[in-house]
Amino acid sequence: MIGTGILKGMAVTARNFVGSYFDKERLITVQYPEERIPLPENYRNFPFLIYDGNDSHAGLRCVACKICEKECPPQCIYIVKSQDKKPDYMGKPQFYPKVFDIDISVCMSCQICVEVCPFEAIKMDKEFELSQRERFDHLLLRKEQLSKSNEYYHKIHPVEAATVDKGLADAATAAEAKKRAAAEAAAKAAAAKAAAAAAAKAKPAADAPSPSPGSS
Amino acid sequence: MSAVVETIEAMERPPLSMGSRLEGELLEVSMGPQHPSTHGVFRMNVALDGEIVRKLKPVFGYLHRNHEKIGENTSYLGSMPYTDRLDYFCSMTNNWAYALSVEKLAGIEVPERAEYLRVILAELTRLQNHASLLGFLLSDMGAWGTPLMYAFREREKILDLFESLAGSRMMCDYMRFGGCRVDASEEWLAGAQQIVDRFPKFLDEFEELILGNEIVIGRTQNVGKLSAELAVNAGITGPMLRACGVNYDIRKIDCYGFYPRFKFRIPLGEHGDTYDRLMMRALEMRESVEILKQAFAQIAPGPIVNPKVKVRAFRPPVGEAYGRIEGPKGELGFYLISDGAPNPYRYRVRPPSFINLTVLEDLCLGHTVADVMVILGSIDIVMGEVDR
Repeated sequence: MIGTGILKGMAVTARNFVGSYFDKERLITVQYPEERIPLPENYRNFPFLIYDGNDSHAGLRCVACKICEKECPPQCIYIVKSQDKKPDYMGKPQFYPKVFDIDISVCMSCQICVEVCPFEAIKMDKEFELSQRERFDHLLLRKEQLSKSNEYYHKIHPVEAATVDKGLADAATAAEAKKRAAAEAAAKAAAAKAAAAAAAKAKPAADAPSPSPGSS
Repeated sequence: MSAVVETIEAMERPPLSMGSRLEGELLEVSMGPQHPSTHGVFRMNVALDGEIVRKLKPVFGYLHRNHEKIGENTSYLGSMPYTDRLDYFCSMTNNWAYALSVEKLAGIEVPERAEYLRVILAELTRLQNHASLLGFLLSDMGAWGTPLMYAFREREKILDLFESLAGSRMMCDYMRFGGCRVDASEEWLAGAQQIVDRFPKFLDEFEELILGNEIVIGRTQNVGKLSAELAVNAGITGPMLRACGVNYDIRKIDCYGFYPRFKFRIPLGEHGDTYDRLMMRALEMRESVEILKQAFAQIAPGPIVNPKVKVRAFRPPVGEAYGRIEGPKGELGFYLISDGAPNPYRYRVRPPSFINLTVLEDLCLGHTVADVMVILGSIDIVMGEVDR
């Protein structure tokens, strides 16, 4: 009979309409500014820079190597390297970015800067309410706006941040161990050298009295 | 154009009911590029005889953004996020096609788990693309809102899965050369499986809603018939080709990924009209659900990325490669020529929706203006991919 298909469809609509009052499955919208769906851990929006500790300058992990600037597909990162150096998290003197700008009106949130960064210095933020009153300067984020603490990173990406921290700690321990091993090796080498020198000194001393000690 | 003129001449002109002075004169109408049902910034110059379409000239390029030239000037990895923007409904399959061609070019092996994840994500993409296509198509026919919202409700669940895995709902940027970027947790796989298990329920409901509907049948059956011969000659691929009865699915032919490990059927149409194209999507979704169920059963833990592939300074050897997959819209291919530099010498996209759109005039001739919208909707285009 003609019209049964339409009636069947109407029945589906009615089922959905009535169901939306009882079934959570059929009503999935939320009233946004008041109600919010929690963001998933992996959510990414725009990059930010991480600093350790409390000082956003002293703890900044970025060493201005400019790899992210080079690899960024839409080229939204602008870096000027500093002239002087500051100690990084392992105490090694490193350059730091004098200027670090990200134009978030150009950025396409692709996360390639995060993947290529060898220093775990740049990560993805979860901030998405970014409306500004002005088009150009306000969407160009400066170093001061981009620098955020490691605690903030832990808050937005807990699992990932723990992995990163563990990696950094391991690297620091490995570097420390390497340093210690190198120091030990150097000490050993020095001792061996000293022993050799002493032996060499002792040898001519046995043959003939040396004119000046420590000349070897 | 000569073939088109012949078609017009050959066509029997139905009598105009008005019988007015306008008889015999063609009225040129420019539809788009900002028409609400042209699926983006697509423009058609239509020559109308009353309400009947006598000529149709598509005008492309309003969304052109130099995708291929950008691809030649950025590194291989840097093109990956740009492929998301091609067909922004199916960024996962775009990623896969691009990764596949680079892997062919550089001879990269992909770990087993990554291949399974790729199949899972590609089939989820197919589900959400076809679901939203059915919604849009119904919306083009005048069923404003309701079917589209039901389809989007299901699509949103899949997009939430993408967001929790890749970080973004639509611009996933998930695949990498030799694997995938993030591993899927057990909870994610369980959640995805739950959504897939419930998907047939939605399909039953949606089919009950539309497929028996007399208005839908009246608007789609015998509208926009495409012959198998013309489809093959014009290079049509995907559900649109299979709706004409041509058994051509790259998942079966090329056996890329792990598709030979899954048992699934290829639905085929008979008439090649809009109704068959619509049904094709509904049937393909059921087959995708079958593939997904098998993939969830087979996936095992393991590495997800080939550790030999360098992230920085990736340079494939000199050569050329063409990687193609069966995207939700048809054959999506990337053709790359490498001269050993960090960026490709030539980067070419074979977009399914652009090539499927080339037969639009042949489909629309002799139909009314309202049918043009339905036919355009059934071709399933995304302007981001058509114009690149």
